[in-house]
Amino acid sequence: MQKSAKNTIVSLKDIFIKFDGEVILNHINLDIHVKEFVTILGPSGCGKTTTLRIIGGFVEPDSGDVFFDGKRINGTPPNKRNVNTVFQKYSLFPHLNVFDNVAFGLKLKKMPKDEIKKKVTQMLATVDLKGYEKRAVSKLSGGQQQRVAIARALVCDPAIILLDEPLGALDLKLRKSMQLELKEIQQKTQKTFIYVTHDQEEALTMSDRVVVMNNGVIEQIGTPEDIYNEPVNAFVADFIGEANILNGTMIDDCRVKILGKELECVDKGFGKNTPVDVVIRPEDIEITSPEEGQLKGTVVNSTFKGVHYEMSVMCGKCEIIIQSTKCAEVGSEIGMRVIPFNIQIMNKMLPFYNNIIEAKVTNSSESENTFEFMLEGETITAKGRYFEPGTHVKITLPPEALSLAGNGVGDLKDVYIESVVYKGEHNEIILESDERKWLMTSDTDEQVATYVPLSFDFSKASFEVIDAVKED
Amino acid sequence: MKSRKPSIPYIIWMVIFTMIPIVMIGYTAFTDKNGNFSLVSFSKAFQYTDVFLKSLWIALLSTAICLFISYPFAYMITRMKASSQNTVIMLMMIPMWMNFLLRIYAWVTLLQNNGPIDMALSLLGINGTYIGNFSAVVLGMVYEYLPFMVLPIYTVMSKIDPGLIEAAQDLGSNNYSIFKNVLLPLSVPGIISGITMVFVPSASTFLVAQYLGGPNDIMIGDIIDKIFWTDQNTGSAISLILMILIFIFLIIMNLFGDEEAIA
Repeated sequence: MQKSAKNTIVSLKDIFIKFDGEVILNHINLDIHVKEFVTILGPSGCGKTTTLRIIGGFVEPDSGDVFFDGKRINGTPPNKRNVNTVFQKYSLFPHLNVFDNVAFGLKLKKMPKDEIKKKVTQMLATVDLKGYEKRAVSKLSGGQQQRVAIARALVCDPAIILLDEPLGALDLKLRKSMQLELKEIQQKTQKTFIYVTHDQEEALTMSDRVVVMNNGVIEQIGTPEDIYNEPVNAFVADFIGEANILNGTMIDDCRVKILGKELECVDKGFGKNTPVDVVIRPEDIEITSPEEGQLKGTVVNSTFKGVHYEMSVMCGKCEIIIQSTKCAEVGSEIGMRVIPFNIQIMNKMLPFYNNIIEAKVTNSSESENTFEFMLEGETITAKGRYFEPGTHVKITLPPEALSLAGNGVGDLKDVYIESVVYKGEHNEIILESDERKWLMTSDTDEQVATYVPLSFDFSKASFEVIDAVKED
Repeated sequence: MKSRKPSIPYIIWMVIFTMIPIVMIGYTAFTDKNGNFSLVSFSKAFQYTDVFLKSLWIALLSTAICLFISYPFAYMITRMKASSQNTVIMLMMIPMWMNFLLRIYAWVTLLQNNGPIDMALSLLGINGTYIGNFSAVVLGMVYEYLPFMVLPIYTVMSKIDPGLIEAAQDLGSNNYSIFKNVLLPLSVPGIISGITMVFVPSASTFLVAQYLGGPNDIMIGDIIDKIFWTDQNTGSAISLILMILIFIFLIIMNLFGDEEAIA
């Protein structure tokens, strides 16, 4: 049999799926290699569980192909796939004891009884549940049920184990020890594990590779180190670990301007004078005297965290978080230095900064100084300006002209919050409506993956007539 | 210790309306008309052994048919949309709001000679009598008690976590094995309470056989109904025997499932 270079076991090609008119997975491609521990990481509603269910055979994509060991397996039911799942809620059979739960899959394979007994006993020992054979599953603790679920999947000896947030229901301490245990089991059994979680720390701890997803697309695939040190965009940087994400301008190769200062970095190929997002991890900032620093700021807050102090420094209007073993006094002015290697430059998530609408005026009132236009099927009234009906106008709305309507009545009713990234001064929020994306800034925290009404403040907008009315 | 005071009214209720009547039935069964100890009532009761057996047979058969119809039906309901589920359950309940006797009369009208069913079948060239026989009794019983089988099975089935079915599929189950290894064992409590709720009342029911059955299709409930007017002692003895038979039945059912399902 021909094998691809890296022994790909599962391959998702151009997977697209919609539920109730909502795009869940937007043309994703993913290759998973043999014996790999891959984690699919993302906020809730990003499509990670759906991806797992497609591999498991519980969901069929609307378009795109699923390959298993080189064979297309679209349409193959779950019971015919060489894959087993550890479900989020364990889904242990309540009418069976521990032994029978674990033996369930083997019995279906018509394995001889003594062999089943041997395998189950062995597997229960692997997951540290020796002697629990006769217990009712309802009498087990969460962690024990979890291990039964893992044993039940592993004992079937599948090529791949799928794990759907299996540690979500456990308390922190148990979760930590189970993380290590899972990794150990994976190494012992030499199986491919595909793990879904929204917990970035879990992903970094266990995985060989991490797949970061948001809003139905894969943002980045890489080793935990890659994802942490070289995030491709502000979403990934914000989602993984703590980060100072700042707006910057790439002056030229290896020269970036942030907070009015030009700094040296190591990234190239962004062009000249390109707006970029810049990530500096809190632990990469060195505290110096004000004179020696590349940047200057005033300490406004300092918290002792055990290993380090976490300080919040105001650099002009922008807040920067520093983690350091050195403590700077609150109120003092300090300098900050970052070595070029630790300044990570990323492309902006959206290709625009101002939101531009081109529309035709449908109705207007000179006396009230308003006009109306259609946007995505809704009539929007803009106050403070008058244009004759039929005029084509280009409206430029800066991010601060957008707001989420608190009273529930917005210009656009249901807009999806795709990401919220704190940029030191404000949150930068990316929204998605039916036809396009929007960028807005806000001082309040908004919940990602929810639907909100969006309002426009036309007093902050600028207008340009593209095409005046032609009289018929 | 928790206060028992709130349960006092219920205890009083049970003593007056459950314990005392049972004791009275027992007393009447073991005495003669003059109040002396006697087993004559029992020897009279055993004259009706055939009717006992027939009643149990009708009850058993009706229960089996109810189960056979209800199980797939209940499963189908659980697969419907929530709104359709409510509608179907509602439709099943509505006839139960109608008086029991009226429903039996309805069947008499339907099945009688020159009734709608007879007429329709005659047009197709099929002639026959559809009332006054054993099958008509069983039909009436199944009709009466079907909802009592469907509802508990449906309730238990709708509570089965769909995740368990996915888990079974994931572990290699095809549809048959999902049914055999997951669905069926998990719906046993519903089946047991369904069987209990159909078998117990149908074993002691009366009037159905009188209206729909022939001269030989008489059930023990009808005997008790008749005999009590003239001979309370024998009536009590028959009731007591029936109670014991049902009790034995419940014990047997108990061996198959949880205690909660029976109660």
